Amino acid sequence: MKSLSLQNTRWAHRLGTAVALVVVTIAAILIGIPFFWMVTTAFKDWKEVMIFPPVWIPAKLQWENFVIAWQQEPFGRYYINSTITMVTGTVAEVLIAAFSAYALSRIENRFREIAFMVILAAMMIPGQMTLIPNYVTAYRLGWIDTYQGLVIPSISSVFGTFLLRQAFRSMSPEIFDAAKIDGAGHLYCLFGIAMPLAAPVVATLTLYLATAKWNHYLWPLIVTNTRNMRTLPVGLAWMAREDAYGDVGEQHKMAAVLLVLIPMFILYFLAQERLVEGISAGALKG
Amino acid sequence: MKVIPRSSESRGQATLRKRGLSRRHLREALTFWAFVGPNLFLFGVFTFWPLIASGSWSFTKWDLISPTKDFVGLENYQRMIADPIFWRVVRNTLWVAASAIVIKVPLALVLAVLLNRRLPGSKLYRAIIFSPTFTNSVAIAMVWSWIFDPFYGLLRAPLDLVGLTSPDWLLDMRWSLVAVIIVLTWQGLGYSMVIFLAGLQSIPAVLYEAAKVDGASEWALFRHITLPMISPTTFFVMVTSVIGALKVFAIPDVLTDGGPLYSSSTYLLYLYENAFNWFRVGYGSALAVVLFFFILLVTFIQNRFSQRWVHYG
Repeated sequence: MKSLSLQNTRWAHRLGTAVALVVVTIAAILIGIPFFWMVTTAFKDWKEVMIFPPVWIPAKLQWENFVIAWQQEPFGRYYINSTITMVTGTVAEVLIAAFSAYALSRIENRFREIAFMVILAAMMIPGQMTLIPNYVTAYRLGWIDTYQGLVIPSISSVFGTFLLRQAFRSMSPEIFDAAKIDGAGHLYCLFGIAMPLAAPVVATLTLYLATAKWNHYLWPLIVTNTRNMRTLPVGLAWMAREDAYGDVGEQHKMAAVLLVLIPMFILYFLAQERLVEGISAGALKG
Repeated sequence: MKVIPRSSESRGQATLRKRGLSRRHLREALTFWAFVGPNLFLFGVFTFWPLIASGSWSFTKWDLISPTKDFVGLENYQRMIADPIFWRVVRNTLWVAASAIVIKVPLALVLAVLLNRRLPGSKLYRAIIFSPTFTNSVAIAMVWSWIFDPFYGLLRAPLDLVGLTSPDWLLDMRWSLVAVIIVLTWQGLGYSMVIFLAGLQSIPAVLYEAAKVDGASEWALFRHITLPMISPTTFFVMVTSVIGALKVFAIPDVLTDGGPLYSSSTYLLYLYENAFNWFRVGYGSALAVVLFFFILLVTFIQNRFSQRWVHYG
């Protein structure tokens, strides 16, 4: 009797697993199809695009779609702009976060808690609220259509400061004291001890910030007016928008989308675990 | 306390030591401010000052260019109440928030619970379902606007199969917001799911084992252990989804440009339009102030009520 019920629950468990697999597979397919559709369209001939029922696999891979897409907009320039914005922005924000996290956890000061509260308070002010005044500031500083205008307004750091402060606080003070006895200063303690020890956190933070900055759309849209200063997302949106007469084929648009997404696809493929971890850390702690 | 007789020599030593100490203190203080200073300064200029500026500009009429701002009192706020487009975008934004709570969050919870069963290949599934979170919103909107094409789009295929004609998703006032919501759900599902997965992993396995010994069914386990134990996460995901709805921009901007006739426009899109297309800085600032207070209210509700509604394990 007992073994029978045990067998029953085992069967129930197997059935449950099977149902779960089916449901999850359907979900994965529904999420995956748009990506597949984008990739396959990017390789199609126009006759395979303008047809119903849809053609799933193109008869011949149309590589020239990518050449045509690349020429539609100055994508090379957009790539350079996006790369400069992402690299300088990420490095600057990680450094700013590291310096403030170190000061807030390893340097004694009367105002330490207050300074930390001020930084946390900044989190309460949504970035959307700052758009108009920051545009005015950028305009007054002559930062419209410049890299400093793209980068500097968003390099102050709550999330990174919080994350690194946690990491630095959990380190034992003896390591730092020993270094100080040997005559090391704060700069060495930060970059020679604290940062290397917090390497996994620093890596997660760096990846998180890099993807966020690479994908940023609204601020670059506001702070750039000339074509030469647009970043990839803004340029891509212009490509979609300027096509009011439909001269750009869907196959060319999808080719452009693919060209823009490839670096992030590669990054996601290589560092998926860490990126997911960064996002959930950001959600639960930030 | 013992009084030490002060010889001239020891006094000299004391001041010397004190001076050395204070010099070190000064250096420590300077280092502290040099280290946090940049962050605080940037927050001051690009976060705190904008709060004050938005607040004060919301009482003015200004076009970004002219040197003077005219004080108009509460006119911008009065105009907002009388502005039918304002109410339209508020309604659309609330629809986006409601769809997240009713469709996206439950779906994400179900997927997370299923993936948490240690299915074969669960990491791959998680990676696929999470991937839209990392994909550029502009790119997503472009792919979906092609999927929504009423003649050659992919979405026509399943509709054809059940004998329905595809609506002109992006150009039909009745469907444009639905299209935006479909894309936002597709994009945001994985993020909510990953948060749920993190929450599920923090539920102690002992609870399930004990209940299983008592012969509880899978449904009973879900209903009486998972659901109550995960409630803080559920609450968190719902609150962030509501706040997220207020910040939706890129998807409707690229997909429909908020149209036709504001049928799929959102709060932030309207704010952007006012400030940067029509240079109505005063009105745009008033919209920003209302947005700020709404987010503050939602956060306050979260803090105030989460203890009462939610079981913290």
